[in-house]
Amino acid sequence: MKVPMTEYLEIDLDRELWMCRVCNHEVGPARQPYKEGLLVYVRDPREIHAPILDPKRYEFTFAPDAKWVQILEFYCPSCATMIEVEYLPPGHPPVVDMEFDIDALKEQWKDRKPLNAAELAGPDMAGRAHHHHSNKQKAQQQGRG
Amino acid sequence: MGKLENIPEENRERELISQFLADNVLFLGPDPEIMENHDISPRTEAEHKAMERSKDPAVLALVRDRLQAGCNETFEMLEQMGAAPGAKWGDLITGIFTPSGDLALGSTGGVLLFACLVHHPIKFIKKYWEKEPTVGIREGDGFIHNDARYGNIHNTDQSLILPIFHEGKLIAWAGATVHEGENGAIEPGGMPSAAEQVYDEGLKMSPFKVVENYELKKDLVTYLQNSVREPKLQYEDMKVKLFVCRRLEQRVKAAIAEFGPDTVISALRRGLEDSKAEVQRRLEAWPKGKVRTVIMADGTLRENCLIKIQLEMEKKGNELILDFRGSSPEFANRCNNTVLSSLKGMLCQLFLMFVWPDLPRNQAVFAPIRVICDQKSALRSSYTTPNAESMMTFFPAFTAAQLCVAKFLYGCPSKFTKVIAPWHNMIRTFIWGGLTQHGDMVGNLCADLNGMGGGARVDRDGEHGVAPIFASMADTGEQELNEEEVPFIQIVSKKIMKDNQAFGKYRGGQGYEMIASNLKSNMWGFMVCCIGSKVSCTPGLFGGYSSPTYPLCKVKGVDTLEIMKSDPQKWEFSIVDIMNKQPFEGAKYSTHHMGLQFELCNRGELYMIMQGSGGGYGDVLERDPDLVIKDLEESLISHEAARRIYHVVYNTDTLVLDREATRKAREAERASRKKRGVPYKEFHKQWVRAEPPADVPFYGCWGDDRSNIYAGPFAGVPRRKMDASAIEGIFMPNPRDVRIAELEARLKECEGAKRS
Repeated sequence: MKVPMTEYLEIDLDRELWMCRVCNHEVGPARQPYKEGLLVYVRDPREIHAPILDPKRYEFTFAPDAKWVQILEFYCPSCATMIEVEYLPPGHPPVVDMEFDIDALKEQWKDRKPLNAAELAGPDMAGRAHHHHSNKQKAQQQGRG
Repeated sequence: MGKLENIPEENRERELISQFLADNVLFLGPDPEIMENHDISPRTEAEHKAMERSKDPAVLALVRDRLQAGCNETFEMLEQMGAAPGAKWGDLITGIFTPSGDLALGSTGGVLLFACLVHHPIKFIKKYWEKEPTVGIREGDGFIHNDARYGNIHNTDQSLILPIFHEGKLIAWAGATVHEGENGAIEPGGMPSAAEQVYDEGLKMSPFKVVENYELKKDLVTYLQNSVREPKLQYEDMKVKLFVCRRLEQRVKAAIAEFGPDTVISALRRGLEDSKAEVQRRLEAWPKGKVRTVIMADGTLRENCLIKIQLEMEKKGNELILDFRGSSPEFANRCNNTVLSSLKGMLCQLFLMFVWPDLPRNQAVFAPIRVICDQKSALRSSYTTPNAESMMTFFPAFTAAQLCVAKFLYGCPSKFTKVIAPWHNMIRTFIWGGLTQHGDMVGNLCADLNGMGGGARVDRDGEHGVAPIFASMADTGEQELNEEEVPFIQIVSKKIMKDNQAFGKYRGGQGYEMIASNLKSNMWGFMVCCIGSKVSCTPGLFGGYSSPTYPLCKVKGVDTLEIMKSDPQKWEFSIVDIMNKQPFEGAKYSTHHMGLQFELCNRGELYMIMQGSGGGYGDVLERDPDLVIKDLEESLISHEAARRIYHVVYNTDTLVLDREATRKAREAERASRKKRGVPYKEFHKQWVRAEPPADVPFYGCWGDDRSNIYAGPFAGVPRRKMDASAIEGIFMPNPRDVRIAELEARLKECEGAKRS
């Protein structure tokens, strides 16, 4: 049984592995931080949030201060999907963000069926009109699953 | 003293001392027993009996719906009749509380957070004033309150609380809370970011009786009017809130007349108990484990510094534990701290709005959730520490929790909302004050704060300028209506700026820009109070990027309104064009962080800000290229961002997409990621430092070691490292002293150079 944990990660409960949901790459042991199995790139935040005001004239430009924050981008080593990003001060250890009890997860999932795309996404609020992108997205996810 | 007779001598002495102390309390400060408990009160004997006698779920649901309709009706009344801008645009709530003071029903619209916190003052009133001979609780009484230390967000929000009796017995409470704005603080508008001590923050009303026989006590009203800059507003909204509470009382009494008191008591209590049980049941379905995150708040609203919000969220059985230990220490002379109860109220709102919006809007929803914070941290600040801008720490704490919840919920089979990236968490708006064109002294705020960008969802983009994180149903108001009452105009409003977007597979909802100026007053000024000018405040989810950062932009020293008359072609109508083209000769153009303390604005000077974007969701390379083109068509992003971030290839004149070239461009970017990405271990070795960078003012633990708390360095005050069990409040030096020290150092340097 594979249990999706994020948009791009799932846990293979039988083999106790973090897996990439895009390419089925074995990221690493499920009892360890998944980040340890990924590639990391440290990015100057101004490359993503480019200054909108002239940085030669102004201190604050809509771009973050690279001395105070950097972006850590975590990629799947196989398909290069960006699985997670973190904004941290330079040198701050990456956060061990997900630490699930694998034994409890196995117990919890022993009688559960795999989730379909709609169950993964969650329901719309009552009365909300259906959005035209949803079908496309669902089809993509179903195709992947 | 009769009860002390015939008891042994040693006990007698102890009893005497206890009674003496009870009779001679010098000061009734906030009661930790009340303030630290957010669980529902134990079921009373009367509730127990009522629930035994009236248990038909259909009837109880009917009564609950009837009372809910009463809450919604009074919400509408308060919104229509309230004088405060906050009231007009939905920053208010009404609710019905059990006799013990638990919030049983909150109005569907409005700021639920308010009601989540009013149970504390009601419990205080009940505990201390019920038997106090000089106060008491009688039919027709009403109590006022605004001090966060007794249960509130901050003291710009005022509550009126009315006990409801049936045949002489207290059967419920009605409450109405409004963001009133003006409260007599050191700055106008009720949210003083200049406050350095609680005494700078204006009115701090512990709960006291202000209504007798359903009449406002004129002496106290006069005192309160004298204590604020808007005496008319103070009076009018007290009257309106009293009237609204009376309508709630009427609805409760009508329900009693139709269904009997037992059914009303049972309906209120059953709603709470069922909600708590239901939340516990829902939590059982979440995966067991821990999810962690770190959010960096980047300032105190006066000085920029990194204020760490650290969260470890643990799900165990049917309980959720939010452990914020390791977060920043409190700032003893800044107002960005929150008391623990305010933090809990904000977190309660997260679960009611974004996780289980189908549940009744009551406080039991948060009962199975525990919150742990270090004593004297910015999230659990002391009695003497200012807290008027508590949002600057509890909004990021909300965001940390929202991020963690998504990671618990994604794989959970039972969800009640879409998986969502964090909502934009700041209140990007103008606070204003001064003399109006009608000669009135006022201080309040613009409702544009009610239109922040929504977070991207698992299957769609976030909505633009839609709602604040603390109210799903509030309005941004009509500037034209404001202009009839206040002397400033928004020359540009509701205009979207390109690339103010949190990028992702689904992008965050964007916000609009606001360019404001004083038109009609000789004494008018603005404030803004937001963080996120150096470090993004709203992160993305699952590989989505965060919002950009947001500056305050100013054009000072010219009357641009005169230029509009004399030389209209010079006028540019966007922040980017005004700031980058600098069209007004002789003007001073500047950018700042968004912690502007009250500052006078002369006619025609410009103050310019932007609403914020919600967080992005997923990898940018997975964004449907058609959606990128749609963003271009709608001028949401620039061509440069479409290429650089989304790697989309198209004809820039026709916007016709080249799908094959796009596929190739994205493949090339994936290859490039693999090339530049470093294996984790290697990265860890290169990246991780043992301590925060020496030149960055950092407050909180470093990494996951929560036993040590760092503070500083800042403006010549060296960095401290404290044991987490013995945190001391941080004093930030006065900016004037900092500036004088800088100038003196430069003077010394110049003198030295001259001598040599």
